Parts: sequence; C-alpha cells; structure tokens
Amino acid sequence: MKYRIIVASLLAVAAVYFLVPVYWLVLAATKDTTGLFGSNGFWFADPHPIRYLRMVLDYDNGIYGRWILNSILYAGVGATAATLLSSAAGYALAKFSFPGRETVFNVVLAGVLIPATALALPLYLLFNKIGLTNSYAAVLIPCMVSPFGVYLCRIYAAAAVPDGLLEAARIDGAGELAIFGRIVLRVMTPALVTVFLFQFVGIWNNFFLPLVMLSDQKLYPVTLGLTSWHGYTDRAPILYQLTVGGALLSVIPLMILMVVLQRYWRSGLTQGSLKV
Amino acid sequence: MRRHRTLAVLALLGPFCLLFAGCFLAPIGYALYQSLLKVERSGPLGLGSDRSVFAGAANYAAALRDDEFTGSVVRVLLFGVVQVPLMIVLAVVLALLLESASARWVPFFRSAFFLPHGVPGVIASILWGFLYVPGISPIVKLLDDLGLQVNFLSSGTVLWSIANIVTWQFAGYNMLIVIAQLKAVRLELYEAAKIDGANAWQLARYLKLPMARPAIVLTTVFSIIGTLQLFSEPLVLRPLTVAVNDTYTPNLNAYTQAFVNNNYNLAAAEAVLLALVACVLSFGFLRLVGRQEDE
Repeated sequence: MKYRIIVASLLAVAAVYFLVPVYWLVLAATKDTTGLFGSNGFWFADPHPIRYLRMVLDYDNGIYGRWILNSILYAGVGATAATLLSSAAGYALAKFSFPGRETVFNVVLAGVLIPATALALPLYLLFNKIGLTNSYAAVLIPCMVSPFGVYLCRIYAAAAVPDGLLEAARIDGAGELAIFGRIVLRVMTPALVTVFLFQFVGIWNNFFLPLVMLSDQKLYPVTLGLTSWHGYTDRAPILYQLTVGGALLSVIPLMILMVVLQRYWRSGLTQGSLKV
Repeated sequence: MRRHRTLAVLALLGPFCLLFAGCFLAPIGYALYQSLLKVERSGPLGLGSDRSVFAGAANYAAALRDDEFTGSVVRVLLFGVVQVPLMIVLAVVLALLLESASARWVPFFRSAFFLPHGVPGVIASILWGFLYVPGISPIVKLLDDLGLQVNFLSSGTVLWSIANIVTWQFAGYNMLIVIAQLKAVRLELYEAAKIDGANAWQLARYLKLPMARPAIVLTTVFSIIGTLQLFSEPLVLRPLTVAVNDTYTPNLNAYTQAFVNNNYNLAAAEAVLLALVACVLSFGFLRLVGRQEDE
C-alpha cells in the first residue's frame, strides 16, 4: 500500500510535467492575441475556439491548409517509399549470400550514426548543382532513404522469414520478385508497420531539411510554415494567435496517431535494441 | 539459377543502394571535397570573377580557430553531459515505475508521457518559448506571484531551458524503448525472483535494470547524436532573447556560414567536423559499454 501511494504520486507529478504545456496550448488556442497576453494562461478567457481556428485556416488565402497537405504528402509518400526500399534491401541482406554483403550492411549501419543535419547542407549544395532545390523532390528523395529501416528489416527478415517457405516457393517455380512481393512482404508486415511509423513521424517532425531546401512558401511543410509565422510576430501581432492555433491543429492528428499506435513502437523497437 | 539469384539481389538491393549513395555517400564526399576548397576573387579589389581553388586544411584550421565555433561545440558537449544522463535516468525511472506491480492506470500514464513525442521539435520550441517569455507565460507569472523572479531566457539559464524542451520531447519516447526491452524478458524470470523473496526494489535494481541495458545503450547513443544536431530549439528561441546568437550551436553556426555569409566551404568543413565528433562519441560510447560487458 505504501509503495502504491509513492508510485502513484511520482507518476502523477511526471504526468503534470508532460501534460501542462499541452493543456496550455489547448486553452491558448481559444484566445486572441490580446487574451494571450492579458489573461491567466491556465484558464479560459472569452473562448472562441471555432472562430479563431477558422482564422488560422483562412489566413493568407488558406496557406495553412496547403502546408498540412504538403506535410501529409512528404510524410506519406516518403515513408511508403522508404518502407518498401528498406524491406527489399533488408530481405536481400538477410536471405541471400553474396560477396560484399557484410560490407554493404556495415556501411548502411554507419549511416544510422551520421547526423542527418550534417548531411542536409552538402545535400543542398549537390541538389543546387543539378537544379533540384526548391521542389517537392528535394525534400522527398532524401526522405525515402532509411538506414535504420534496413537495419530493422534485416533483423526481422532473418528471424521471421523461414528458409523452407522460400525454398518451397522456388520449387513451385515462383520468381524471386514474386516471392518477395507475395510472401515476404506479408510475413514482414509487423516490421513494415514499425518502419513506416518511424519514418512518417521522422519526416513530419523534420525541419532542417525543408528549411535548407525550400524557399517557396507554397512548398513548405507545416513545421516550416508555422516557424515562418512565428518569425513575423513582431510585425503582425495577429500571428501570435495564428501560430498558437496552427500549432494545436497540427499536433492533434499526430498525437492521436502516437497514442493509438504505441504498441507498434514497442514491438518494433524490441527487434532493434535486442541486437545492439 | 545462380544468375537468377544475382539478378534478384540487384533488383532488391539496387534501388536502396542507389538512393543511399545519392543521399548519404555523395553528400559526405561532396562535403569533404568542398571543405578542401576556398573561393578566390580575382581582379582589382577582388571585384572580378570568383573561382574555387584548393585550400588544403585551411577551412578546418579556420573552423578550429574560430572561438564562436569551438565555443558552440563546447556548449553542446556541456549540454549533452548534463541533459542526456538526466533524460535517460528519467526515462528508465518512469519505465520501471510503470512496469512495477504497484502502478495503476498504466495505459493513461504511458500515453501521457509519450504524447510530447508527437509534437515536432520546432513546434515544441515555439510552445515552450511562449511558456518562457514574461508577459505571456503563466509559469513565469505563477513563480512571480510566489515571490520568485525567474528568467528562463537569460544567458545563464537559456541552455537549460533548451535542455528542458528536449527532455520533454524525448523522455517518454526513450521510456517506451526501455519498456519494450523489459516486456521482452520472460515472465517466469520475474516470478522466480518473486518466489525467492525479492522485493520491488531488488526486482528493479538487480533484475530489470540489467535486462534493460541494451535499450539504455541504444537510447543513449541516439541522444548523443541528437544533442550534437541541436538546431531548431536555439533557432526558435533566438528572436526571444539576446542570450542566443546565430552561432549558438555547431549546426546553427554551419547554417549561418552557408546561408548568411555564403561561405559554403567553411560550412562544409564544419559539417564534416560535426559528423566526425558524432561518430567518435557514439562509437566511443559503444566501445566503452562493450568493454564493460566483457569484464
């Protein structure tokens, strides 16, 4: 009983720490700029959530909606491509023996440890040379590569795809790519979900790459767009209110996704960390 | 048959390797190449055309001589030495608490702790920025009412205010990795220890903590790499305080060199140095841990 009270109070204190900023954000989104500065941040003051959130969506010809769609495009397409490429590469590295296999794997593994931001700058210079900057492709192409995904998929394929199944399919005369597409991908589904979620959230949260690559506001993901609003608050105080409302709108879908799909994080991560 | 296999490997591995080469190997190579060049201006008063010439290690020497750059490296190292252990300890403690038999409402608490990871780094920085700025922050006001004058954005405190943002975002995520590891341990082991009379503390200290070790190593390495990349937090807080300048972290410094000063060669050298430090630290940590395991 004594333990139970101590544990419960420690957990409650931690929950307050993690939830208070979210609570503040929800309340703040119901206020205008005057209310933000002039009222108690931990309580309502003349709340108009619908009206203020509509203002976010309407501002500057609805640019906010476009940013959200861009984010969905970058994260959705990037994560799908990264998942497919990682699973194919991970499966090949796990189930085929060929010269240089371990070298390839070790180089990819080293890629996990390279800071993504150290790559973004030279990548910009390279893309600039071939005229690829300031386009959807400039952000999408780098997002399709996930060394961590290959690492997870190799471990998962080695453990979960039975050699007997592959041999049986080969004896039946199935081509290698058909085996991968019809059998292997199905067996690897749990790993694929994890890689997809990792990459999706990673791209959605990414800021440095689009900041470096993009100059046209219309191509911005929502992270970059909101930061640009935040940077202009000195000149247009209404942007305080819009930044707060926009921040709330943008985090709601992802927060729901994170909480609902928690178990995939846990199951997939075990695969990765067990081998380290 | 053999040819079929070779073709299959090429088809499966090829697309990834191509993109990996383009987005990882090529930029590293290009950064190394650019870091060895410098721009020379010809003509009277240097107003003529620009051309790149070989500069040897001049950019690296310039980066290492630059107090702003070395200062920013020292700053993130100090940040890492304090913030990474604090966050990992918090994550492990939360994981052990949630996994202890005494915990109630586990799904609620676990979700609450994990929730901030759904907030992108820049958005988290904007959000905490509002909670740090006097006039808008209810926290500053609350402390003020209690008679405590706190400035979260002074030159002495802002680094730790950034540490708080990072901890808030990633503690729950790291906690989840540790929980995943603990869940992988067979239940019989816990049962056996309990039958042997181990209490909750002993169970956590002598059974669960060693079991969670691989996850702790993994999260620590990723946290070290993350620390060196600190960028969006200082970028967002910069307009709010004079304590953060545009060379506050190595990444911000490289960004400024490239896009404000147009000195791509120096920026490339700084990016290379940053990647080098990240590799040395993460490999060094992994070796340190590996050696302890051997003993």
